[in-house]
Amino acid sequence: MQLLTDTLLSGLVYGMLLFMLASGLTLIFSMMGVLNFAHASIYMLGAYFAFTISHYIGFWAALVLAPLACGLIGAAIEVWGLRRCHANGHIAELLFTFGLVFIFQRAVMMVWGTLAVPYQVPASLNFPLFQLYGQNFPAYRAFMLLVTALMLLSIWLLLKKTRIGLIIQAALTHPDMVSALGHDVPRVFTIVFAGGCLLAGLAGVIGGNYFSTDSGMADAMGPIVFVVVVFGGLGSLAGCFVASIFMGMVQTAAVMVNGSIASLFAPFGIALGGDSLLGEILTIPLARVSPLLPYVLMVLILFFRPRGLMGARDA
Amino acid sequence: MTAAVPRPRPTAMRAATRNRPIRAVAPWIAMLLIALVLPWLFRDYTTGRDNGFMTAMFGQMGMMIVFALSYNMLMGEAGLLSFCHAVFFGFGGYCVAHLLNAVPVVVPLELLPLAGGVCGLGLSAVFGGMATKQRTTAFAMITFGIGELAVTAAIMFQHFFGGESGITTDRQNAASLFGVNYAHGLAVYYLIVAWTLIAALGMFYLRGTPLGRMANACRDNYERAQFVGYDPRMVRFIQFALSGLFAGIGGGLYSIAYEIVTYDAVNAPLSGNALLMAFIGGVGSFGGPVIGAILITALQSGLSLMSNSWLVYVGLLFIVMVTVAPTGIAGILRAHGPIVRAGRLGTLAIPYLRMAVPGLIVLTGLVFLVEMLSFATIGAAEGKTFSLFGFAPNVYAPMPWIVALAGFAAGIVWLRLEGQRFFAVWDDLMTGLAAAAPR
Amino acid sequence: MVGVTDNPPESADDRGEETMHFRKISAALCFALVGLFASAQRAPAASDTIKIGYIDPFSGPFAQSGDQFLQVLHFIVDDINTRMPPLGKKFEIVTFDDKLQPSEALIALKRVTDQAIPFVMQCVGSNVGTALIEGVSKNNERNPDHRVIYLNCGALATELTNAPLCNFWQFRFTGSVEQRAYARIKSLPADVKKVYLINQDYVFGHSIEHDTKKFLQQLRPDIEIVGDEYVPLGQVKDFSPYITKIKNTGAQSIVTGNYGPDLNLLMKAASDSGLPIRFDTYLAYLTSAVTAIGPMGADRMTVVMEYNENLPVELNIPAAEKLDLAFRKDHKFDFVAQPWVVMFEMLSRAITQAGSVDVLKIAQNLEGMQQQDLLGKTETMRKADHQLILPYYEGLLTKDVKYDTEGTGLGFKTIFTVPSEDEELATTCAMKRPS
Repeated sequence: MQLLTDTLLSGLVYGMLLFMLASGLTLIFSMMGVLNFAHASIYMLGAYFAFTISHYIGFWAALVLAPLACGLIGAAIEVWGLRRCHANGHIAELLFTFGLVFIFQRAVMMVWGTLAVPYQVPASLNFPLFQLYGQNFPAYRAFMLLVTALMLLSIWLLLKKTRIGLIIQAALTHPDMVSALGHDVPRVFTIVFAGGCLLAGLAGVIGGNYFSTDSGMADAMGPIVFVVVVFGGLGSLAGCFVASIFMGMVQTAAVMVNGSIASLFAPFGIALGGDSLLGEILTIPLARVSPLLPYVLMVLILFFRPRGLMGARDA
Repeated sequence: MTAAVPRPRPTAMRAATRNRPIRAVAPWIAMLLIALVLPWLFRDYTTGRDNGFMTAMFGQMGMMIVFALSYNMLMGEAGLLSFCHAVFFGFGGYCVAHLLNAVPVVVPLELLPLAGGVCGLGLSAVFGGMATKQRTTAFAMITFGIGELAVTAAIMFQHFFGGESGITTDRQNAASLFGVNYAHGLAVYYLIVAWTLIAALGMFYLRGTPLGRMANACRDNYERAQFVGYDPRMVRFIQFALSGLFAGIGGGLYSIAYEIVTYDAVNAPLSGNALLMAFIGGVGSFGGPVIGAILITALQSGLSLMSNSWLVYVGLLFIVMVTVAPTGIAGILRAHGPIVRAGRLGTLAIPYLRMAVPGLIVLTGLVFLVEMLSFATIGAAEGKTFSLFGFAPNVYAPMPWIVALAGFAAGIVWLRLEGQRFFAVWDDLMTGLAAAAPR
Repeated sequence: MVGVTDNPPESADDRGEETMHFRKISAALCFALVGLFASAQRAPAASDTIKIGYIDPFSGPFAQSGDQFLQVLHFIVDDINTRMPPLGKKFEIVTFDDKLQPSEALIALKRVTDQAIPFVMQCVGSNVGTALIEGVSKNNERNPDHRVIYLNCGALATELTNAPLCNFWQFRFTGSVEQRAYARIKSLPADVKKVYLINQDYVFGHSIEHDTKKFLQQLRPDIEIVGDEYVPLGQVKDFSPYITKIKNTGAQSIVTGNYGPDLNLLMKAASDSGLPIRFDTYLAYLTSAVTAIGPMGADRMTVVMEYNENLPVELNIPAAEKLDLAFRKDHKFDFVAQPWVVMFEMLSRAITQAGSVDVLKIAQNLEGMQQQDLLGKTETMRKADHQLILPYYEGLLTKDVKYDTEGTGLGFKTIFTVPSEDEELATTCAMKRPS
């Protein structure tokens, strides 16, 4: 029971952070069709910005300023970059973001050095909030949950209650129709791209100090966010949310299982294994293959349901 | 996820080059001759030693040509965006390494790349069966998942993949069909050239077969291809499997050349490289990926010797290329075709030169900015001294920064002006040519 | 990403035009290639220095390792060049970027042999290490005129100095995983009775786990392994479920070979949950680990290391302390690479003894060579497997030290020493020596 609660809680925190990254990506991906490989780089930038800002002004200023800076960078990328190669097709856009990944990676090293930066959880949030089964629950995790929940609420309000939100929603499922109706679709694109980058930056601010802030953090986060977006389905923020939480839970829960394929057969007196590739596959514990699970799940869902979990249209 | 590659419309002038077999064969022979003499250009005749680095790099280019061409069978020919192409390359490599380690080796060394190809084919048939059920984004993301699965498996499973240290081997375990001693890089280089030629010819041939044509049709108009009576899924599947065959041949060459295969050979960056090579070179023509493979390999092995920030330049190159030249280098060259045939290339010489001046200024400013920044934070502590193109400015003084930044910014403004002028001349020329063309 | 384009299908004429352009393209390429690489034909420079080709990642995500090691190596080489120059010449480090890829490392090795550089040095990654052992040995066999010695300064896998990989041309100037495991287990305090093993799920982690278990059985049969676990490399963001699991087993210590985020996050989860457990680590001395771990590791994290900046204070060796102070002056991280000093001292002596840069003679001189290290202890390059036999020190992260690490206010205090005699572990190596 204790293990279960703990797993669920960690899964929830991680899943919410994933959602913060994936929600922006899913909006960009669904509306503009751009597989934005640089999204995780923006997450990294957010963490580095937050490190510098919190060094000079303070964490709370960083919480506001760093995401804004990321949003501005996003807007600049969209206006001066992506928009120009939009006419050249989606693969051109994808390669554009590929190029950005290379540049951001080295730029971060050139500005902040090659070592990891000491970006720490602020002292005001660094205390145990309450005890659960004799184990502390750190306040910062509660804070992460709070920020992500607030973000979820504000996105929901923005999409449901504002005019631009309505247009974005419409553009998610019927981008051509929206533009046919005379809306300024490029402006909507810019807003969505900037907004997505802002969220990624925010994720960097609150995730960078909880995890670690180094030049490899984008590479570690990038692939899994893609999986979440595709798994959840294009054009569906709800699907993205469910997928984020699900993937967060799956990844944390799988490490708790020690069984392997061979152990499934053990009760029947069948001993599998042996010193071969097959034996290795059969006896490897599930906990060890947990990093594979998201990809397996993604391949499976795409194979049977190409639109993803709750996708509005085929991928 | 269709590869939306603009193609120039056929014009009547093309007929002029038809039915001339010599012309069709000429580029192949030219490339082959270049490939044959290349290592001798870099040989040090005073010591009688080959330039091992250059020979190794040209060999690497050969493998990458096979790899990029096989990738273009998917992207250019069938409009499929794949993120797992390196899996077949690497798997071919692992197979060849294992074959070489199973002493006595039954297959002669010259035929081993083919064995790698068969392995690649087998694996791509399995994965292709899964992935080609879908197309566009779903296809791309399935291949993305397969790629990540393969890498994780390669690190995790010791028996076949050897984990982090990979599988090492010795190419001299295998006998040679022709009694060649493959101890030295040069012999291996010629083996790579031979196989690159064979694989390239094979892929060129496949383009013209009904299969290649149907792959084009499915790329360009999926529904119509279905109506014609073909099963697009089958076409995709066969195309995917065959591209795995050629990638496997490339992997086999890799295994023979380096005598080690590690998970890097199946890793995502290599898959990404395939995409970059094909796209930068130009997916619209057969020669495009060849150019891309040569260029990217040269950047990776050559530019990285000069600057540790080489990835920044590579990233910028991609950004500039996809923004201004989405048809790739081959596309740019193709666009000049009508002008060359009309003998009007001279008209463009002055505008090109005028663009080159600000272009060089921008480039120099940029290189200085990147290298100075890189030196100030990283290089200085490594005990290096800063010097670039014979200049050694003090990177801690403001002046070099101001000059570099000003040059960069002014150069961009100037380049834009010249660019506008260039395109005015270009459009003029094209309209003139179109008007003059026989209808 | 959908977008069926309605480009006209390629017509038969297309092919004709294409072939023609193909020809132009190839002509253009020919010129470009010759132009691009004409510069590669450089005359070899006059050899007033002894060059060492240093192959490690300097670009991409792993650039930080190459960058840091290069800073340390430059520092050491400057010191050696003034203190004991080989044949009166200076060492010069020439860097080659391998991007942590074996194939790139082998291409770089070709460049090293082209330039007739007699030594190649590499510190990051056992995958590249394996490739270089094989590459160097094949090169030396196939090109006896241009032989190279491989100085291994950081590829740790035990296999590299054991059969069948071990090789006459490789010299490892750092402790193997096995030597570290011996020191790790030997230095566990007597009151630790229950340990939990956590390692990364790849060759290095497996190797650590294997050797840890081996020496636990041999040296400390009283210790119970209450759990052992592989964690996926760099994938786990939140280790708190692991901590819950560990807590339930009642383990007193986590013995781990993790490094980077996998170590920092594990520690963070333990510290956040308030679990009072020891951390007996292998690699927590690597740069930026202490920065990330900070106060949460204080007085409960130990690490086995080859050197730390407080050792000269504790053993009262002012010369070494002076060297450390010189390093601290302009580096943001600690000086821990003491064996590399030994490496250059041995190399310098071997070259001087050989009288010229004769690679075979130098290799033969290095075999079995003994050298006093910075702390006055004798280190040996064992002839049987070319593994440096060196002492190990267990450091405890604490406030109570003279020199702190990375400006954190915390540093390593030596609490246990494993003398080099104990580190002479059996080897299966049976190397072929050139006659």
